Amino acid sequence: MKNKLAALMALASLATIPVISARPDLFHTKLDKDQQILHALNRLSYGPRPGDVTAVRKIGLKKWIDRQLHPESIPENPTLDARLAPLTSLTMTSAELTQNYPPPQAVVAIANGKMPLPSDPQKRAVLEQLAERYKAKLEKKGVEDSKIPSAEIIPMTDLLSGAEIRTMRKGTPEEKTKLFQSMPAEKLQKVVFALPQGARRGLFPYVPPEVRRKMLEASAPQQVVAHDLSEGKLYRAIYSERQLDEVLTDFWFNHFNVYLDKGADRFLVTAYERDAIRPNVLGKFSQMLQATAKNPAMLWYLDNWQSVAPDAVGMRGPKNAKRTRGLNENYARELLELHTLGVDGGYTQKDIVEVARCFTGWTINQPYRGGGFQFNNRVHDKGEKVVLGVTIPAGGGIEDGMKVLDIVAHHASTARFISRKLAQRFVADDPPAALIAAMAKTFQTKDGDLSEVMRTMLASKEFWSQGAYRAKVKSPLEMVASAVRATGADVTFAFGLANKIADLGQPLYRKQEPTGYPNTSAEWVNSAALLARMNFSLALTQNKLPGVAVDAKRFEGDPASVAKLLLSATASAQTRQAIERGQAAKQDSAAIAGLVLGSPEFQRR
Amino acid sequence: MLNRRVFLKSSALAMFGVGAAPHWLARAAEGTESRKKILVAIFQRGAADGLNVVVPYGDPNYYSLRPNIAIPKSDVIELDGFFGLHPSLSALKLMFDAKHLAIVQATGSPDPTRSHFDAQDYMESGTPGRKATLDGWLNRAIPPEKGLVSPVRAVSLGANLPRTLRGPNPAIAVSNLNEFQIRDTQSSNTFEGMYQGTLDKVLKNTGRETFDAVKILQSVQKQNYTPSGDAKYPNGRFGQSMMQIARLIKANVGVEVAFADVGGWDTHVNEIGQLTRLLSEFGNGLGAFYQDLGDRMQDVVLVTMSEFGRTARENGNLGTDHGHANCMFVMGGDVKGGKVYGKWPGLEKEQLYEGRDLNITTDFREVLGGLVTRHLGARNLAKVFPNFSAPESILQIIA
Repeated sequence: MKNKLAALMALASLATIPVISARPDLFHTKLDKDQQILHALNRLSYGPRPGDVTAVRKIGLKKWIDRQLHPESIPENPTLDARLAPLTSLTMTSAELTQNYPPPQAVVAIANGKMPLPSDPQKRAVLEQLAERYKAKLEKKGVEDSKIPSAEIIPMTDLLSGAEIRTMRKGTPEEKTKLFQSMPAEKLQKVVFALPQGARRGLFPYVPPEVRRKMLEASAPQQVVAHDLSEGKLYRAIYSERQLDEVLTDFWFNHFNVYLDKGADRFLVTAYERDAIRPNVLGKFSQMLQATAKNPAMLWYLDNWQSVAPDAVGMRGPKNAKRTRGLNENYARELLELHTLGVDGGYTQKDIVEVARCFTGWTINQPYRGGGFQFNNRVHDKGEKVVLGVTIPAGGGIEDGMKVLDIVAHHASTARFISRKLAQRFVADDPPAALIAAMAKTFQTKDGDLSEVMRTMLASKEFWSQGAYRAKVKSPLEMVASAVRATGADVTFAFGLANKIADLGQPLYRKQEPTGYPNTSAEWVNSAALLARMNFSLALTQNKLPGVAVDAKRFEGDPASVAKLLLSATASAQTRQAIERGQAAKQDSAAIAGLVLGSPEFQRR
Repeated sequence: MLNRRVFLKSSALAMFGVGAAPHWLARAAEGTESRKKILVAIFQRGAADGLNVVVPYGDPNYYSLRPNIAIPKSDVIELDGFFGLHPSLSALKLMFDAKHLAIVQATGSPDPTRSHFDAQDYMESGTPGRKATLDGWLNRAIPPEKGLVSPVRAVSLGANLPRTLRGPNPAIAVSNLNEFQIRDTQSSNTFEGMYQGTLDKVLKNTGRETFDAVKILQSVQKQNYTPSGDAKYPNGRFGQSMMQIARLIKANVGVEVAFADVGGWDTHVNEIGQLTRLLSEFGNGLGAFYQDLGDRMQDVVLVTMSEFGRTARENGNLGTDHGHANCMFVMGGDVKGGKVYGKWPGLEKEQLYEGRDLNITTDFREVLGGLVTRHLGARNLAKVFPNFSAPESILQIIA
């Protein structure tokens, strides 16, 4: 027995993971008509919904693509508008966000009388209650402070009957929803505050979005901002008719990545995505680059707001009067390495320092109050700089940085780097050099017009080749959004899905590194993530995700047609056989549907 | 990724059944009877106040800088006539006396940042000041292996794979042993068959590794677990993490590096109560782990770290703000323990870093470097800590 095992294991040890790439000749092999439609839906949208293939065939593939390249011409899905409407933080300015959803420190400051309450009566009520709860907590800990009057928290038993409390704890989802709908507004607010934090979270999927927001605010107002961002992104990915616009917004946010949990970025990312990224994804690259360079979220994330000329003496940090600051190279380095030229784009460490000098004084007016971009000429390095061989004369101000952005936006390395990255997202992990060259040429001749670069890619034979077909492994966001779309699920609580995406390894808005998430398949292929994909698939089709309703009737019928419905294509023989074995073992239709979504085919796009 | 090897062909496991005792797996996995060395890294997120953890009660400046929050000399657990442990850390005293616990004071990352984000990033990547590093030192520290490797050789307790375990070597994140599975057996079997049969080579291989890891972890999970000795893990996530790591080590399934973190150390306000609670959870978790592993500690070294220390002076809210140097604990059977390592930089105003924080006299890589080379046997330290060339200053903390 031992020998047999040893032999088996020796055999197994030879297996290694091959490089994920397609054979080059496959980039010359054409797709048939049906494959083309499916391919377009898989690459330019978050995956086909049932009926999408037929719809595209009907209006014509070329026309469908053309419309996707003009998102403003596509009427938006009313379901999406309805889902986004309650997410009010998405339309606020950063300053409004800091006022309406203050961090825990602000609650403490209000409790201590060091900060005034907001003027908006609703927000005022929330903060009053938060401050009172904070005071009560201090009292419990035995902290005595004469400045803080005692506060009273109403116990739940004074608010609800025993039966109502039981319903809230152990009722069916419908009963819970009904209970919350029946409460008068004032009582509801008190109940929300009386609930323990864990209980609030547990109730999220069952209460209307407005109540969910009250619950979030009662736990920590600041969380509303992150919550709305994730939900908004998912609702758009799932429901928007302007699918390419959404795919590109994800691509470019990731390209110009910022990290939501870094200090003031908790307030700044909403406006960053909305104002700097989204409007520019099919516009000029130089415009998007400028918008990101001046956006407080980026200035904060890569520390440029603190970067001052080395000889700007007496500069004081915001918190510590004794701390002097100097040149910070973070933004300069990532601008060249990640945003424009690429790591092999032909710049030196000297260039980084010179670029950093050009950006000294590009700062934020009161970041923690959501202030905007500010150029502080007092701390700007006014000496001469030489960037990539171009002399920027002494005595300049804000135009030094503008000049740098202009140089790098129009650099040949940037045209290649951006083209390659787009091709890597839309075509294959290792895209053919000829395609990259064609796209880069368009980039340069059309002044970095990203819509034109996309057109060149979409007109290429490589895009429509067997080498590209199913060559990419879906990212967790793509996997989850495409699964929800394939099942036609009705989503009323997208935050649960955002958590699933995090389980699969891609927490939204929370990639710490400025690199963003890698564009290649290898990133997403690992044991824990694969297991999470399988479990997610089963939970989705078996209606086990709160706030995500799947009509199980869709999955009735023979496994092959269920597979075809969900894949918008015929499943491979191997997958069909495995599923048939599952059916023979009496797995029900919902489980069969889950097996399809967890199959190797569905992990690819 | 490229050198990822498969530990077991699933059919081999199927042959023996999932419930079989896992010990043979370890021997098989190692190819020899010898046991592998194990490194466990613990991250205290939020910047622990090292001066109130390993208390320099022998330095009078400590008391003048912290009139309200210093730990009185009469309360500390005596270590060496100058330093004492916070009273909540009594569980560590036993190890210190058994010379299985070494303490390094005034250590940390030389980068001046006081941002939690950047400092954690740098300490996990092992490359202070360099943001572009994508992998972590703990992943790079995993010894190169030509033979069979366990699919659970690098494990993190928690939902996400932390920065420090990302990199070329396969590593898994397990928030809970019980969750690392497909709960419905039939679906699990169908999926396994599906991935075995697929022509998609990449997903086929990962599928096989996945189901191998599931089987191994479930075979561990299926056995009732009672911690050995008098080990009593504290309630809460940290205690659970420590217990699961101990459990995996004792199950001999090929774990070589493990990681867990514990948060809440950012004590700007009312530090005393918070630190008492945090440190008792922390100390008791480490103490239980030590008790539970017993003789097995011979193979294990555990190291703790936190992104930076806190201001030497207390602030106006009975707390401390972001500082610089901190302390690290190193425990294990072959640790030269019972000693507080590191040169004491002093707390006089001009001795403080930027006039406010404890200065660093030992780079954290001088501590970790010793563990990586002497315990895990890494030959090329530059691979684990690039741009760090100070082999002569590596702390000789491992026997």
